[in-house]
Amino acid sequence: MTGRAIGLDDIEDLALGAVVLGTGGGGDPYVAKIMLAEAIEKYGPVPLVDAADLDPDGLLLPVAMVGAPTVIVEKFPNGNEAHTVLRALEEHRGDKGVAVMPIEVGGMNTLFPIAVAAELGLPCVDADSMRRAFPQIEMTLLTLDGISSSPMTLADVKGNYVYFDAQDNATGEKLVRACVAQMGMIAVMSAYPMTAAQCARHAVNGSVTFALEIGRRVNAIQQGKPGAYDEFLTFCEAQILFTGKVLDIERHTTAGWARGTVTLEHLDDRSRVMRVDIQNENLIAFEDGVPLATVPDLITLMDIETGVPMTTESLGFGQRLHVIGMPAHPRWITPDGLALAGPRAFGYDLDYVPLGGAR
Amino acid sequence: MTALRVGLDVGGTNTDAVVVDEAGEVLTWHKSATTPDVLDGIRSALAAVLADVDREAVGQVMLGTTHPVNALIRRRGLARVGILRIAAPATLSISPLSSWPRDLAALVRGQVEIIRGGHEYEGTEISPLDEDATAAFARDCRDRVDAIAVTGVTSPANPDHELRARAIITEILGDDFPVTLGHEVGGLGLLERENSAVLNGALRFVGLEIVHGLESALAAEQLDADIYLTQNDGTLLAAAEAARRPIMTIGSGPTNSMRGAAYLSGLTDAIVMDVGGTSTDVGLLIDSFPRESALAVEIGGVRTNYRMPDLISVGLGGGSILRPVDGTGPAAGPDSVGHEINRHALIFGGGTPTLSDVSVMSGRADFGDIRLAEKVLDAGRVSETISWVDDRIQLLADRIKAAHVDLPLIAVGGGAHLVPDRVEGVSEVVRHRFGGVANAIGAAIAEASGSVDRSMRYDDSSREECLAEASAAAIDAAIHAGADPANTRITTVNEIPMAYMPGNSARVQVKAVGPLLARTTTASK
Repeated sequence: MTGRAIGLDDIEDLALGAVVLGTGGGGDPYVAKIMLAEAIEKYGPVPLVDAADLDPDGLLLPVAMVGAPTVIVEKFPNGNEAHTVLRALEEHRGDKGVAVMPIEVGGMNTLFPIAVAAELGLPCVDADSMRRAFPQIEMTLLTLDGISSSPMTLADVKGNYVYFDAQDNATGEKLVRACVAQMGMIAVMSAYPMTAAQCARHAVNGSVTFALEIGRRVNAIQQGKPGAYDEFLTFCEAQILFTGKVLDIERHTTAGWARGTVTLEHLDDRSRVMRVDIQNENLIAFEDGVPLATVPDLITLMDIETGVPMTTESLGFGQRLHVIGMPAHPRWITPDGLALAGPRAFGYDLDYVPLGGAR
Repeated sequence: MTALRVGLDVGGTNTDAVVVDEAGEVLTWHKSATTPDVLDGIRSALAAVLADVDREAVGQVMLGTTHPVNALIRRRGLARVGILRIAAPATLSISPLSSWPRDLAALVRGQVEIIRGGHEYEGTEISPLDEDATAAFARDCRDRVDAIAVTGVTSPANPDHELRARAIITEILGDDFPVTLGHEVGGLGLLERENSAVLNGALRFVGLEIVHGLESALAAEQLDADIYLTQNDGTLLAAAEAARRPIMTIGSGPTNSMRGAAYLSGLTDAIVMDVGGTSTDVGLLIDSFPRESALAVEIGGVRTNYRMPDLISVGLGGGSILRPVDGTGPAAGPDSVGHEINRHALIFGGGTPTLSDVSVMSGRADFGDIRLAEKVLDAGRVSETISWVDDRIQLLADRIKAAHVDLPLIAVGGGAHLVPDRVEGVSEVVRHRFGGVANAIGAAIAEASGSVDRSMRYDDSSREECLAEASAAAIDAAIHAGADPANTRITTVNEIPMAYMPGNSARVQVKAVGPLLARTTTASK
């Protein structure tokens, strides 16, 4: 495909898709949305390209904004961080960046890389490394294929940058956290630098378009178009696991994780209760203690009337929500995929359950 | 004796006034249509209630008004605002006002500058404040803007740069020049706080107009009383402070109504259903205060970080117009005859069938002339419509509740008669003879408050010490706002843990509330 671009009119839909794929976490896209709008107004629409159409040896710049969501809403980037990151990478590797790539397509980091692409005057690759959002940098399909997240680069608003190699991707994650803490809790990160050929082979191609298409269908629900919910579910191959009313929300933080549970009572049958466990993202949906959906499959909560997909922060008592289960990219549903990002990777004594439960 | 309080509430449809005594008894009330010039309605409401009481005994007047929000929605009387953000090199990727509706931004935007300064989350400087740039900005604003809004990164935790910037600006533009600081009008969230500061600057004339208007209304009645405006959270701002921070009063209407309902019923935990002429607002009282919405609130299309009562609003009220029967869709509304119900409803000799006609014909209300309605509406239509109303009300009551515990429901507002005596999932329906002016009563009984919203690191000192420090600061702020030190209490403590933070950091929000200290001396004028 050629001639595609992300323009101002796409931002709202892309943000909606980002919240669906963010499964409650991934950061509220609000700040990233305004940043992208301002970048597009300044530099024009951002070309969206397929990795296969780029110079196979061309260097890609996968980027994300990392830090504490509470700090990001206070001290967001200035737009130069990405230039610093790209310059560092080009200097150390000796080749030129040809495109920007989102690392994840859930939450704020769906939109942020496109703003970066606008600022750098580069196209954005229609791909990501997981087709959802995860809280740890090593939780990617690239890790499964043995691609190193290093060299990693972090830049802060003041022009400081760190460029480092980690021996493995899990260590890379730890080093990023340590650096971000010293950079005022927000930084622009580049990880998994790779060629367009590597992206075409190992990344999830088409995932930006996937997010955009999901957002368009959610938008149709919000416009009240007949059949829009079914069309959305069909497109995502998703199913409604439960339809209920929020009875209780509990949140706390342990070891740097925003953990919590949300409890819903079924609208038609009050004896049925669903509990969704959250660690940044929605991880497991239990009905009466029995898991019906588990990470890495996606669990998204959506208002049954307005079609608003919920972030964890926007959950409120009494909301009437669909609990929607959506299959993860099939590469995740493999022994190594589940070892990296299945329930046990998040501390549950529980095996992965296919969507809908082992019925 | 200065023990009486006047509560005034200006809504979209009605302007209400009440007088309550020291014990909180309602002595008199008055309800009239809101006038095109809002102050006319306030003057006549005030005159009407003062005629019934000893005006010498009135010590305080509390006003809740839709003035500021209407000014923003109608884009009327807005000031031009110079906008200074203290943040560079951070935040340059988003300009001030970039997400505002364009027409509103064009009316309000004056000089705009992002200068070096601001603080990190843990309190150190991002950069020292650029004092030269601040002075240059102030000079640039001279004769070009009506107000200035200054917002620094992390200012709720550390307002030093905002305070210093204001000192520099007023040195150049004069002590009276209105400068709004972000930390005075908003919590964490730079864009939302900046928006609030700019909106506050834009409302400068509107704020003055309300306070001066009220002062002149009091003077015309020869009433020597302290003036307060009610805030979004149902607590009070003294007149001078309200003129400086009108944005804080912008969502007080629904809050006043719910606080009034709590007060009249004596209930602390209940559903409140405020049925007006055109719409019904349903909210939930928890510990006598409205449960707040989890979502950011937009005012005039601008996102702010105010927490407003978590309300469900539907187009159902005493003036809702019946719709042709076609088997589908609503039986009445959202169109309404509004405050002209006394002219248009059938029972008042008009030609428009409304829910009030249905209510009277089903025996829920007794006003107007039922025979006029009986000529137009048959019993079948009435019973179908009233059961549709009952279904809506039951659904609303169910939606607002957090759990399947039966709660009492307090029905207030001019259309409260529409609420049936029995609602499934509701333990009892509570009404009060003053329920029609619950909003003005909510204003009259409002208390003073102070709050704190900052990020804290528990590893510097223990969690208990941090919370104690925040609580002490909130109590000080409440006392400063007029609360009785002996009766000031902490009403809210929120700890929002921060993901990805090293150690134990949290955003701490504390609010303290206390009854106004009784007026002992007459303020010198």
